Amino acid sequence: MATLTVTRPPFGGFSFENSKRNAVLEGNASKMGFNLPPARKTGTTICGVVFKDGVVLGADTRATEGMVVADKNCSKIHYISPNIYCCGAGTAADTEMTTQIISSNLELHSLSTGRLPRVATANRMLKQMLFRYQGYIGAALVLGGVDCNGPHLYSIYPHGSTDKLPYVTMGSGSLAAMAVFEDRYKPDMEEEEAKQLVRDAIAAGIFNDLGSGSNIDLCVITKGKVDYIRPHDEANKKGVRTGDYKYKRGTTSVLSKVVTTLDLELVEESVQTMDTS
Amino acid sequence: MLGETGPEWTTEEVKTGTTIIAIEFAGGVVLGSDSRVSAGESVVNRVMNKLSPLHDRIYCALSGSAADAQTIAEIVNYQLDVHSIEIGEDPQVRSAATLVRNISYKYKEELSAHLIVAGWDRRDGGQVFATLNGLLTRQPFAIGGSGSSYIYGFVDAEYRKGMTKEECQQFVVNTLALAMNRDGSSGGVAYMVTIDEHSTEEKVILGNDLPTFFDQ
Repeated sequence: MATLTVTRPPFGGFSFENSKRNAVLEGNASKMGFNLPPARKTGTTICGVVFKDGVVLGADTRATEGMVVADKNCSKIHYISPNIYCCGAGTAADTEMTTQIISSNLELHSLSTGRLPRVATANRMLKQMLFRYQGYIGAALVLGGVDCNGPHLYSIYPHGSTDKLPYVTMGSGSLAAMAVFEDRYKPDMEEEEAKQLVRDAIAAGIFNDLGSGSNIDLCVITKGKVDYIRPHDEANKKGVRTGDYKYKRGTTSVLSKVVTTLDLELVEESVQTMDTS
Repeated sequence: MLGETGPEWTTEEVKTGTTIIAIEFAGGVVLGSDSRVSAGESVVNRVMNKLSPLHDRIYCALSGSAADAQTIAEIVNYQLDVHSIEIGEDPQVRSAATLVRNISYKYKEELSAHLIVAGWDRRDGGQVFATLNGLLTRQPFAIGGSGSSYIYGFVDAEYRKGMTKEECQQFVVNTLALAMNRDGSSGGVAYMVTIDEHSTEEKVILGNDLPTFFDQ
């Protein structure tokens, strides 16, 4: 005889019960008067463009924690495989770990197939992982590379949708960068032209968006060669101070000098060399 | 104003917005879609092809959440590949629609995507299936997406039984043009796929080649 069960059968997949707990904790903390530290986001302008022989990826280098710049020169272009690189916008930890996980899995896959990995494979792996987490992993990625089928460029959103396009931008500065691309993109550009276009798009993001800043990193991927240019352009060099607050020796005259030696006994001496490699 | 919240798509889910349509004629089907993908008020892709192949002679039109729709289409593409190898011949359109419906129904609380499945098979010729909310129904034509609200009147008035392939293609283009004009979440270019026994023909109609109506 079949038994009627009232309890909910266990579902596969993930339990997001802790999200409710986190919301309660945050509420309690704000009642006490202090805020939980905000997740460090990369703010960011990232973009990519397909040109005649490959792809050019570009990124700014500012990482923000709320309204404070946490890192003036962070690296947002992540290695996925020798022929595939990925720029990441959104929560810094999420982009870092997601790209590392997929890079590791892709290396195993490549050893198993005995072939250079394809960009479409990396795209599938990333989108399937992000979809599984239903958008809770805040990673927005620009994935580019050159494989046996030519150069490819994908944009991947946190919920798991992807677009395959000749030029893409992501991040808080994406609208400024896209404006530059929509104006000046042409199919089959030369490498120098493409690098200049990406540099200008990132610069537009840096100067017109508060969440992006500092330098411009570029990554040029062609068949058999990767040019990781960091930094390509130091758009925001720290200025040199024109004045000096130091006083010259002798400004204050010495009237008298008394020297008293202290009686000290050396008990122990230990030397620890610093690893400067 | 000083907050670096950035454009909406950093916080909003990416939706396809959309107008999609599929119509059956004697010997095949015509599918059509717009190309706009929006996240909040931003357009994140202005040239997305929402007509996704499930098999050689079976296509589906995507609408709703971009991630959900793309994932369903990719999973069903895989399942149909396996199924057609198992049966040793081309799959039926009804099978493809059933696979889509099974996913849409089982996960109806979690997903928010609507796929229209259309294609040609040897047994029943051209067929169009709607799979909204997990139902499965065969219809002479189906429309979907946010832009479909603006064209229900037009399609109900203009549809006639027994249209030829060319008349169907013109019907699809007119419908898409009207919807793209009125719906903010639809726009860009129009994609059209014509499937019959012999071929699957993909076509792009650029913005200024779309038919114009009284206000243009």
